[in-house]
Formats: sequence, C-alpha cells, structure tokens
Amino acid sequence: MKIVILGAGISGHTAAAFLKRKLGRHHEVTVISPSQYYQWIPSNIWVGVGKMSVDQVRFKLSKVYDRWGIIFKQAKAMTIHPEGDQEIKTGFVTIEYTSDGDSGKQERVPYDFLVNATGPKLNFAATPGLGPDKNSLSVCSCDHAIHTWEELQKSIALMKAGKKQRFLIGTGHPKATCQGAAFEYALNLAFEFKQRKLDHLADITWISNEYEVGDFGMGGAFIKRGGYITSTKVFTESVLAEHNIRWIKRAGITNVEPGIAQYELLDGTSSFVEFDFAMLIPAFAGQGLKAFSITEEDITSRLFAPSGFMLVDADYTPKPFEEWSIRDWPEKYQNPAFPNIYATGIAFAPPHSISKPMKSPNGTEIFPSPPRTGMPSGVIGKVVAQNISEIIQKGGSGHKHLANMGKMGAACIVSAGYSMTKGLGATMTVSPIVPDWEKYPEWGRDINATVGEIGVAGHWIKLFLHYMFLHKAKGYPFWWLLPE
Amino acid sequence: MAEKKISKAYRDEFYPPIPTKMTKYWRTNLIYQFFKFVKLNFKIMRMVVKGHS
Repeated sequence: MKIVILGAGISGHTAAAFLKRKLGRHHEVTVISPSQYYQWIPSNIWVGVGKMSVDQVRFKLSKVYDRWGIIFKQAKAMTIHPEGDQEIKTGFVTIEYTSDGDSGKQERVPYDFLVNATGPKLNFAATPGLGPDKNSLSVCSCDHAIHTWEELQKSIALMKAGKKQRFLIGTGHPKATCQGAAFEYALNLAFEFKQRKLDHLADITWISNEYEVGDFGMGGAFIKRGGYITSTKVFTESVLAEHNIRWIKRAGITNVEPGIAQYELLDGTSSFVEFDFAMLIPAFAGQGLKAFSITEEDITSRLFAPSGFMLVDADYTPKPFEEWSIRDWPEKYQNPAFPNIYATGIAFAPPHSISKPMKSPNGTEIFPSPPRTGMPSGVIGKVVAQNISEIIQKGGSGHKHLANMGKMGAACIVSAGYSMTKGLGATMTVSPIVPDWEKYPEWGRDINATVGEIGVAGHWIKLFLHYMFLHKAKGYPFWWLLPE
Repeated sequence: MAEKKISKAYRDEFYPPIPTKMTKYWRTNLIYQFFKFVKLNFKIMRMVVKGHS
C-alpha cells in the first residue's frame, strides 16, 4: 500500500512517524512538503526575541526520514485526483518540486491513502498592507521570526538611544486565530524590555478580535483561583495590566499602512493606532488545492470547503451558536466523498468557530477562528495514522481511534519571559477544547481539569516541552512513548 | 524635565487584579516552583492520557 502525506508540520510529521512505525517495510509512506525543515513552531516566539537561534527550533526532515525509510519529496502539492485518470488507476496527487536542483519539476504521486496535513496558508493578502513583505511582522514561521528579531533589534537600539517606541501586537485580521502566540510575543517583549531596563521607553498595545481578552479563540475558559471561579478574561487582563500592556479588544484590523493600523470595532466605529513595530497574526486559509475527477471535471467542492480547508466527518449544517454541540466536530477526520482521504491538524475544515460569531453593524465579522494547533494537531495526526494502519493490516473500514475536540483536552503554556530563574510562563489547561455545554452546563468544561498558573515553573515546562517534542520529532530513542 | 505621570484611573488597565509583592515572590521562588512544576506536569499528563482515545 502507498500512503501519501501532504505536509510535515506537527500533524503530518506525527502521522508519518506512526504510520511507518506501525506498517514497517511492507508499505510505502511518502511525505511531500515544500520545506526541507521540520519546525517546532511554538518556539518561534523565542526566535522572535533573540532567545533561540533558528537551528534550535528546526531540523532537516531528510535526515530523519532516511533513517525511518520514509520517502521524502520536497515539493508542494498542486492538485488531487481521487479517482485517478486513464493512466493511473488509483488516486494521485500532482506535485511541483521546490528543492534547489529540481525546482519547478512536476510529478504525479499515486496513493492508496492520502493524509492532507498541509497546515494553513498564511493569508496576509486578506488584510491590505499586512505581512513581513509589507508593513507588519510575524512569528508564524522561522523565517518570519528571524526577520522580526532583526527588526526588534533596531527598535531596541533606538530605545537605548532614548527614543520611545510603540509596539502593536495581536491579530491582523477580523477573523484571525492564534491569539495565544501573539499574546506570548507581547509578554516576551515586555519581559525583555524590563530585563534591559528599557520598559519606560516601550509603549506596548495588544489588539485583538476577541470579544473579551482571554477568549483565545475557544470562547475563554474558567479556572479555580483564589477561592473563586474566575474567567480567563480576568486572568489575561491581570497579566496585561501587570506588564503595562494596554489592550484594544473587539477590533478587526482592516488595513495596515506604514506605522498605522486601521481597525473596525464590533460597535461599527473605526479608528487607528500608530506603531513603530507591529507583529500581527494573519488570517489562515486552506492551501488552495484543486481536485479533479477521472474525466478532469473540477470536484474541488467535494473535497474542500470554500475556505480551502478539507471537508471531513463534521456536521457542517449552519446553525445558531445556541445549538452548537460537540457532535458537530469530527472524530475520524475522513473525507465523506472519498473515504481514503483524511485531513489532520489545521487542514481540516471545522464545522464552525468555537467563539461566538459576532458581526459589526457594517456586516464585518469580528471574532476568532477556532485554533487547532499544537496538541490537538498532534493527537489528530496520531489517531489518523492508527486508523489507517489498522485498516491496512486488519481490513474493514472501522475507526477504533477517535479524536473529537469536544472530548480532548489541551495544555497551552504561554511563555511570559525566557529565564531559568526570573522567567515566567502561564500554564493553562482546558478539558475539553470545545465546550461541552450538555456535560458541563455551568462552565462548558471540567472545572477540575482547567488550570491557570503563572510562575517560573511554566517557563521550565515550556522549555522542557521544546526539547521533548524535538526529541520525539527527530525519532530519538523511545520517541513513540512521548505524548503528543 | 521629569515626564508627567499619566493616571490609569478609569482606563481598562486600572481595574484588573494586580499581583502583590508576595505573589510575585512565590512565582520565582525556585523551591516552591519546583513543586509547582511537578504538580503541573502531573495535571498535564493526566489530561494528555485522557485525551488519547
């Protein structure tokens, strides 16, 4: 059997690793990724403040795949042909190589099972003027994080010369997600300025599309703290206020010009904020893959939602927020039209957001898209690998392993300063990720499993996880025992 | 000339709870934080194990 995996991020790499481990030499596992590197994206925050080098957060995939016997093609997927064509009777993917020697060369790669783990397209174009090539910075990839650190050093030099600097950190689109990463970056900036005794010259503003800060795209959470059950709104506002970071919430950035970000608020009013340095997370979209039938008819809509993310076994029936249920969320991540195609990590189309949809009087939707990064991405990749390998080895079409985000917990360690003795990290856990209002009618989640703690222990955990997940991704001894 | 301090009163950032000196001390007390490290890792692991069906 031939299993092809598109993408080598957290989800795709996890799926490839477990598929090869379970299927061995008798089956062929191929990974197709436009980058030659695996990146541990959560640590890009530290690259962006100069605390880690790029080589500490990435490694070459070919070294690991050669050892494991996985075929690696450094290429980007262009089209999917689930029914094959006149020549190739199984499904196949057309790819275009991006590696130096073969750049531009195209190939058709046949498959028996396809795992789409392409991750998001960083859709900077959705916000005019946004992006590292234009007027703002990003930490969404290693290259972006290096560039951001270079720009930050210029701001630090100006501050050392006594010049005040305005920093704008947050979401760069009315429906962006990954608030957690931007929040970490804002806190790390505040910490670094304090360490350098430059904090009196830094004016940091947090701008977000959240209804309340602390929503993080998952409708916020509640934690037991100081004898109260407290919202993450209070927790997050407290952290921001402590670090002298002002915030603008319910804001959708609509345009970024040099030094100015224009935004619309949920109440319909528009305003702008000036900056010297802006790190803004873009909207995410699918990679824009096209699909064709055996007769070359465009069947993209059978595989992909209009957003470009892949349709899976979710309930996509439009319904109001009050009727949302965890049953809307997928469990198998299998495409309904083509059962040998799966989508994992950010590549699957969610049934709806987790945060309540909000619209301004002008019709602009301003609310976070659902996060599906990190832990859920890894878990979904593993579950899909387990199911495919069992179908291949034992036959049948059963899916013994399920991963519903309404049943799965997640830990999020928010770095708030890199130092073994003075650093800080906020450890947050939620269970489940998608609130289950039927099981937990009061808070939507298991209040005993939800944690929010700040301390240097959080930094140690984040650093420990950095080394642990890279150990796992590199396939070092006993990697398979480490959790996702 | 000294820069005039602008009051935060009535701004959003005026209202949230702010940690006391003692709270900040415990956040970086290495012995206390070591126990927190163990406890938090245990809580995370318990949830991770539950999350894998």
